Amino acid sequence: MAERSFKKEVEDLKLGDGEVFRGEGILAITKALLENGVGYVAGYQGAPISHLMDVLADAQDILAEHGVRFESSASEATAAATLAASVMYPIRGAAVFKAPVGTNVASDAIANLASGGVTGGALLIVGEDYGEGSSIMQERSHAFAMKSQVWLLDPRPNLPSIVKAVGDGFALSEASNTPVMLEVRIRACHVTGSFIARDNKRPPLTVAEAVENPSRNTGRIVLPPASFAHEREKVEQRWPAAVAFIRRHKLNEHFGDPHARIGIVLQGGMYNTVLRALYLLGLADIHGNSRVALYVLGVTYPLIDDEIAAFARDKTAVLVVEEGQPAFIEPAIHAILRQAGIDTPVAGKGPLPLAGEYTTAVVLKGLKAFIAEHDRTLVRNDSRTPDVAAVLEHPTIKALAKVVPQRPPGFCTGCPERPIFAALKLVEQDIGAHHVAADIGCHLFSINEPFNIGATTMGYGLGAASASAFNVPAKKRSIAIMGDGGFWHNGLTSGVANAVFNKSDALIVVVDNHYTAATGGQDILSSRAGNGARGTQHPIARAVRGVGVDWVREIDRTYDVGKMRDTIREALTTTEKGPKVIVASSECMLNRQRRERPIMAQAIKAGRRVAKPRFGVDEDICTGDHACIRLSGCPSLSVKHTSDPLKEDPVATIDSTCVGCGNCGEVAEAAMLCPSFYRADVVHNPTWAERVLQRIRLAVIGWLMARREHDRPAFAR
Amino acid sequence: MTGMRTQTAMDAPISLAIVAMGGQGGGVLADWVAAAANHAGLIVQVTSVPGVAQRTGATIYYLEMIADRGPGLMPVLALMPAPGDVDIVIASELMEAGRAMVRGLVTPDRTVLIASSQRAYATAEKIVPGDGTADSRAVHAAADYAAKRRIVADFAGIAERHGSVISASLLGALAAAGVLPVSRQHFEQAIRDGGVAASASLSAFGAAFDTVARGTEAATPAGPVKVLPDLPLTASPGALDALLQRIRRDFDPAAQRMIYAGVRRLVDYQDAAYAGEYLDRLAPVAALDVAKARDATLTTEVARHLARAMAYDDVISVADLKTRSARARRVADDVGVDATQHVLQTTEYFHPRMDEVCATLPAWLGLAIEARPRLFRLLDRLVNKGRRVRTDRVGGFLSLYLIAGRKPKRRTTLRHGREMLHISQWLDRVSVAAATNYDLAVELAKSRRLIKGYSDTMSRGHSKYDRVLAGVTSLGTRPDAADWARRLRLAALLDAEGVALDGALKTVATLDGPVAPAKVGTN
Repeated sequence: MAERSFKKEVEDLKLGDGEVFRGEGILAITKALLENGVGYVAGYQGAPISHLMDVLADAQDILAEHGVRFESSASEATAAATLAASVMYPIRGAAVFKAPVGTNVASDAIANLASGGVTGGALLIVGEDYGEGSSIMQERSHAFAMKSQVWLLDPRPNLPSIVKAVGDGFALSEASNTPVMLEVRIRACHVTGSFIARDNKRPPLTVAEAVENPSRNTGRIVLPPASFAHEREKVEQRWPAAVAFIRRHKLNEHFGDPHARIGIVLQGGMYNTVLRALYLLGLADIHGNSRVALYVLGVTYPLIDDEIAAFARDKTAVLVVEEGQPAFIEPAIHAILRQAGIDTPVAGKGPLPLAGEYTTAVVLKGLKAFIAEHDRTLVRNDSRTPDVAAVLEHPTIKALAKVVPQRPPGFCTGCPERPIFAALKLVEQDIGAHHVAADIGCHLFSINEPFNIGATTMGYGLGAASASAFNVPAKKRSIAIMGDGGFWHNGLTSGVANAVFNKSDALIVVVDNHYTAATGGQDILSSRAGNGARGTQHPIARAVRGVGVDWVREIDRTYDVGKMRDTIREALTTTEKGPKVIVASSECMLNRQRRERPIMAQAIKAGRRVAKPRFGVDEDICTGDHACIRLSGCPSLSVKHTSDPLKEDPVATIDSTCVGCGNCGEVAEAAMLCPSFYRADVVHNPTWAERVLQRIRLAVIGWLMARREHDRPAFAR
Repeated sequence: MTGMRTQTAMDAPISLAIVAMGGQGGGVLADWVAAAANHAGLIVQVTSVPGVAQRTGATIYYLEMIADRGPGLMPVLALMPAPGDVDIVIASELMEAGRAMVRGLVTPDRTVLIASSQRAYATAEKIVPGDGTADSRAVHAAADYAAKRRIVADFAGIAERHGSVISASLLGALAAAGVLPVSRQHFEQAIRDGGVAASASLSAFGAAFDTVARGTEAATPAGPVKVLPDLPLTASPGALDALLQRIRRDFDPAAQRMIYAGVRRLVDYQDAAYAGEYLDRLAPVAALDVAKARDATLTTEVARHLARAMAYDDVISVADLKTRSARARRVADDVGVDATQHVLQTTEYFHPRMDEVCATLPAWLGLAIEARPRLFRLLDRLVNKGRRVRTDRVGGFLSLYLIAGRKPKRRTTLRHGREMLHISQWLDRVSVAAATNYDLAVELAKSRRLIKGYSDTMSRGHSKYDRVLAGVTSLGTRPDAADWARRLRLAALLDAEGVALDGALKTVATLDGPVAPAKVGTN
């Protein structure tokens, strides 16, 4: 069960010829796959391509109707390897994942696929997680395309262009027997827009038909001597075929004034940003008519030498807008022009920064510098260029900059991972700090305040693996954290099995929140709910024991901070040999709330008894030290200023977004913090007996209260 | 509605950025604005950067809108806001409005800023042992300058009062601002089309619309407000009245309200006699102020901290506070209980240790147990565990009620003796300092703020207090000792472990010249 339902989006997949599709870029790609007769799709979830998978997972009926197979792959390597079906069979296939982390994982499969080449169109759709909001290392997918020689498409960020690129990609792949990578940036995946839909197409050959009629050709298998032949084939046959196709179908586009003195060569994905910068400089209108010549690379690899030469020949200078580093396109253009004997100056990383996201402001600045140097006739006084420098220098803004706090992402309200780290912090307070190797996933939020836990992150599923060096006799054991997503992705073998084989004594904590929560709450093997299309309910502990771990503890309610703390302490101090694995399980609160809230509301409406828990703080008892917050960081646990002149510091408070997970109470109890916390259960539709009992209790308690309050002296208020 | 000209989408796009925190519904608001603009015939493009960044962190949604000139003339719209190029910024939280201004998204020439005035404190603000909250006034001051027009109100409160979410009230504010060529009907249609909880959303939308249209938004607030109570003319019974008369007779009028706050607290905490003891301890301090011909600064500060010190948090006071009718009412209000429909169950979380139990015993008995470590450990094993008490049940309530009933015996407890000794030592330090360095005496009085919390937290507070006082002692008769004492105190309040305090103490240790430069920020 995913974070949200995609019923409406699934309906959009059924649109036919001439109908208008409205929605996000990533969903437009999903529809385009079906329109282009895709035979199978495989993928691994992650921003920004999760929605493609979520929608297809909910679209089983459409897929079945067209004979299309959709696989929720175990990893990006699995997804890329799935494209092997297009090697021998003329079936179009697509693999989707987040880049470049997914491309890294998939690179072995991609290399083998690219060596043998493909018969059916093979499309690698990579969602580029780069720039603002990205949660991964900043690298480029471009290098992967170059090293394995797969062609790289980079469409302009609007729906018609992206949709067209899907069709072009399949055709290019088939024309050149080469897999094609379609790169879409994160904002392009989530940009809204529309395009004119076409009917979905059933694949000419389905995977079912192919598997019933197997075929093979040793010439396509990566084994000598064929592998040596493949390398030559890549440059002698496939490359020229690709160049011919790209040129014939004009996959690179020209815009703007062709007679302009200066020109810009840009990645397709940078088109809107460059146009906005030109617009702000007064050199383009909002409809894209530019006074500068533009050569827009719909294909960023390979480059088409004579197109570039023709574009640059009569220009006084050319600017290359290539986001990310290192630059690959700019040096290639230099080489192309020098070999063609053209001495047009080429600028790129220079006016534009070497690294970092090319935002509108960055491109604007670079363009301005480039134009000032190469064509002063274009420098205009009536430009729309905003000047914010003076605004940012204003004393009120400078003062504000010192005040605004950082707000990095963190654990959600009621997150079941919070108590695990609270427990770990308590253990560390007790027996000292430990080396904690973190992984990828929601749990990585532990590295920030208030927990400050986690020393490194080496990649998805590699938490335990990244603690391997510390497998030595020492007075302390290393701790590795791994999410359930990373565990099934590869952590079971790279981490747990590796620890067994190398006779490690270290602790591995597997955080099991029943989904791959960070990517949108998709199901995995150990998900607790049944899933018609996928095999779930396979316990992590069973897999761990299966690879030979003896010391396994399962905690089925992470909110039990005391038990969590004691178990971690035992794992770190026991004399038992071999790796210690704690499987800490509680459902992701975001998904749980989405699942339970409507059910609860319905039950209350139907008159059934429902107890809704919430936590609170007695502000008279709270002394304003905030130790509870330093063990929580829950968004619903905050501070507030009181009017009490005797109390200078703000007290803790819990707001109405509290979901009653119990972490505050448990932490206060386990850490012996303070007695300010209380839990209040509001019982809706109480039973008759409950009401009567309540009335009696209230009467007795009320009488006791009144009795004492009568005797208590007090000033009138 | 103001007389501001409605912007037309001729050949320039209207840009709108929504700055929010993940989980606040920024996406819903973006969808509503887009739908409304679509209804009004505009071309709209929305972009966002969802994913892990959305989990409670700062996030941004960006819309561009422009007139539809037909299929032949498709606009090329930007995928991100550019500093200085944004027409409307909507912030669902005050500091996020601040962040937008720091990023240059709000500029005086064009940007209309619509911001909700409530604060959702960031973790970095909340974890500080003292007061780490950012100063909201900086945001208001910057908005006064940077926004072409600012519309700031408690839109979260408006939404809550109408059982809806902040997206709905912010949409109402946007509609009322009249900055988009989109009518109220278009906005309301967008909400209706959305379906989910449309009627509550529409009512929050309408309320926010009216607030903005009437121009009844919030003025710039002052900082946190402390309310000093006014002294009543008389009080009964006579013991209370006598206390009132003593305050009036023996103390500087400038300090009287703070002293009255302390007296009121201590009468509530123990009894009138105990409040009398408070005045007894305070009188010599007041005499110092008079002798030094000072205003009542020292008296006021000692009055504040002495009241808190004497009303130390022990098991009896916790039990007392949790068994009062006012407390029961507050809990019911907080969680929104309707007594005719709901049953409320309350569970209290306790974790007493033998230390606390011992402290509540009569001094002779507590000391006897403490002197026998093996017995102490044995008893601790019985006592030291988490206990959950259901105070909505008679049994659970009664257990706390009986503990609270030990109040008359409080003065005989081990804890009481220790607290009184500590108070005496503190007051001695203050009055000794006052003889030579009045400002230092004030700072020493204020350093009592470091002692707060329960069990380990309290021990940590005591340790910080002791270290600050030791640091002050090492300053000797330096003329700037008060300044250093203040810096040490503020440093001690910065983090739990006392890292900042250690740094400040190191600086103090290196002092030998006349005056060294400041290391810690001022308050």
